[in-house]
Amino acid sequence: MDIDYAREASVIEGNPSLKSIEDSISKPLSTKASWKYWLALMFTSSLLITGVVCLGFSFYYGTGLWGNNNPVGWGFPIINFVFWVGIGHAGTLISAILFLFRQKWRTGIARFAEGMTIFAVMTAAMFPLIHVGRPWLGGYLFPYPNQHALWVNFTSPLLWDVFAVSTYFIVSFVFWYVGLIPDFATLRDRAVTKMRKFIYTLFSLGWRHSSRHWQNYEMVYLILAGFATPLVLSVHTIVSFDFAVAILPGWHTTIFPPYFVAGAVFSGFAMVQNSLIIIRKVFNYEHIITLDTLEKMNKIMLVTGMMVGYAYGMEFFIAWYSGSQPEQFAFMNRAFGPYMWAYWIMITCNVVSPQLFWFKKIRRNVFVMFMVAVFVNVGMWFERFVIVVSSLSRDFLPSSWAYYKPTLVDIGILLGSFGFFFTLVLLFAKTLPVVSIAEVKSSADGSQPTHHGGSSHDK
Amino acid sequence: MTNKPIYAVTGLFEKPDEIINAAEKVAYEGYLNYDIHTPYPVHGMDKAMRLPPSTMGYFALVLGLSGAVLALFFMWITTAYEYPLVIGGKPFFSLPALIPITFEVTVLLATCGTVISMLFIFFKMPNNSHPLHDTKFMKQVSSDKFGVCIEAKDKFFDKEKVKSFLLSLGATEVEEIYFDVDDLKNKNKILTPKFSGFLVFVIVLTSAASYATLNIVMYMPPFDWMMTQSRLNAQGTTDFYENHSAMREPVEGSIARGFMPYAFIGQPDSAGKYLENPLEMTEANLAVGKKKFNTYCSPCHDYYGRGESRLKGRFPNPPSLHTDKTRNWPDGRLYHIIT
Repeated sequence: MDIDYAREASVIEGNPSLKSIEDSISKPLSTKASWKYWLALMFTSSLLITGVVCLGFSFYYGTGLWGNNNPVGWGFPIINFVFWVGIGHAGTLISAILFLFRQKWRTGIARFAEGMTIFAVMTAAMFPLIHVGRPWLGGYLFPYPNQHALWVNFTSPLLWDVFAVSTYFIVSFVFWYVGLIPDFATLRDRAVTKMRKFIYTLFSLGWRHSSRHWQNYEMVYLILAGFATPLVLSVHTIVSFDFAVAILPGWHTTIFPPYFVAGAVFSGFAMVQNSLIIIRKVFNYEHIITLDTLEKMNKIMLVTGMMVGYAYGMEFFIAWYSGSQPEQFAFMNRAFGPYMWAYWIMITCNVVSPQLFWFKKIRRNVFVMFMVAVFVNVGMWFERFVIVVSSLSRDFLPSSWAYYKPTLVDIGILLGSFGFFFTLVLLFAKTLPVVSIAEVKSSADGSQPTHHGGSSHDK
Repeated sequence: MTNKPIYAVTGLFEKPDEIINAAEKVAYEGYLNYDIHTPYPVHGMDKAMRLPPSTMGYFALVLGLSGAVLALFFMWITTAYEYPLVIGGKPFFSLPALIPITFEVTVLLATCGTVISMLFIFFKMPNNSHPLHDTKFMKQVSSDKFGVCIEAKDKFFDKEKVKSFLLSLGATEVEEIYFDVDDLKNKNKILTPKFSGFLVFVIVLTSAASYATLNIVMYMPPFDWMMTQSRLNAQGTTDFYENHSAMREPVEGSIARGFMPYAFIGQPDSAGKYLENPLEMTEANLAVGKKKFNTYCSPCHDYYGRGESRLKGRFPNPPSLHTDKTRNWPDGRLYHIIT
């Protein structure tokens, strides 16, 4: 094959004109939804309603409806919380870290991934509130001046979580909105109906595509990416502190922060992969979200999958190497105890299944990669299940050991969280441009001046 | 048409190379009040336009540093100064444990502050009545054309000269942009009855909703601060036991561990007579007393001892502490009541 490596490969296929990029991205916003869209929305919203009903029961009758028992006080709510926060991490990784590394292929998927971050963090944030049993008192988690002069405990990992997750949500939202402003302006100038025009005008803030603005805008975007990068690493690090700062065998390990971050990126990419494959098919974005992009995502999943696999192995090694008996017992119990079924599901899905991505044929096969990504999602959910449940159910005191079994209500709330997330994703796909118009235009072929300083002589 | 004040003359270009070239020429001619409009950021434009580097980085630096200082100072005030609590035997101000929150607040303030100052201070947004909006020019540069806009307030501005200059650079379309006279007249849209009425409506609605939530809804089950609970009270009744008492009776003659019988049960007068206050009346003791009162007593007695607290009416109302009767009680009797 004769490839010119001095030339950057184009990230947008088929060399479309700027106008046609804009047309195809804004098409779903101005056309009536197909029956497929309504069917999908009906499916996700019925999941959502299941969750709402189960939550209603939980609040009415109390949290005794859940499987949480005495040693396993964390159960499903915390598993789901960690799972959903992790899902969000891929969005920030794509939009911020890949931006800093100047990876142009991110332009087609960044906006969608950022949206998923916001929805995943919203879904995740529900679970600690559900878990406290009285979600309307969640305001007490924040430091507020009160007549008793009492303040929250700033040295507690649980409070770090409150700050990390809320900062993460706000910063992701700001990042997302800043990216949307030029697109709102473009949509404003395309709008035909008065209502649309009003809404887009409102959100575009009067953006004029001015180069004097673009200069500062690009600088701020860079700064945001620079801040979001350590932020995203800090969020799952702090989530892992919830476990690692405790003294429970199986939790009290220094490998947790990097291991959790790698796992978060791994599961997040799998979720973005799953959603994008559907979106590019439904909205005909095959030329913007290209097969090359998906292949690159598969490579990242292979890398992070192996990082996670390394962490699983290293946990066992350190347990043996530490010479600490409770630690050794906790890990033997994990792999061969009452929860060995969950442990081996986790290993199969997270470590074995991504190994298929060594083969180029499989990396470029949409159906197989979709299935692998589903496996990864399942596996990563089970990873959190294994960590939370196996350590808690058998701690230092054998007399207090107990087996944890989720109830139907638990499962209903989990399904509801998926319904909530995907309903928001579907609404997002229909109301806002899921691909950044300005960014895709700027990285299309021939959209930037040639390297001769722009003077208008021949190329 | 001609009596409207002119804002600018604009020209449209087709290719990114052309617009870079045009920007260089416009800057070379000495124009200062001009702008280049492109649907996306074009590389090398700030160099072609001879723009100074963006100063947004300094904003982020200052805001981020102030976030860090603010967070650390706040946590020091609350955990080490105002209400020091021993947690796990650690120092009151244990820096490593405060780093995560310091970091988060730094990021939060730096990002939000930078974006807000860029949008609302630098760009003076929202600005939807700018003369460029809704022009043919804006609609084109919003999509796939590149435009030059030379404003009338520039000192080299001359309508015909600018037009021919833009055409000589290769502009495909040249347009004159005018101010909207109505927009110029109505500066303060915030004062129009429609908008101020809307503001008043929002204010009334939010105040009413907050009042209702905090003072009515939060006192209704199941939000009622755990007032109604499905449990047995110590002295209550139940059908579970045969004697319908919620409590099991202790074995005859048992005494609670560590229990020292109090000598003056039901005798407030003797308590006042025989008990003495071991504390001396010093500034420091009074300050501790005030703090304890504010923490433990004020929820019912309120800060001034009038019994006008937030919880008034939810429990038996405490009497005012300012009557002659209570003021003249000896310390021992007050101790009897408190304990």
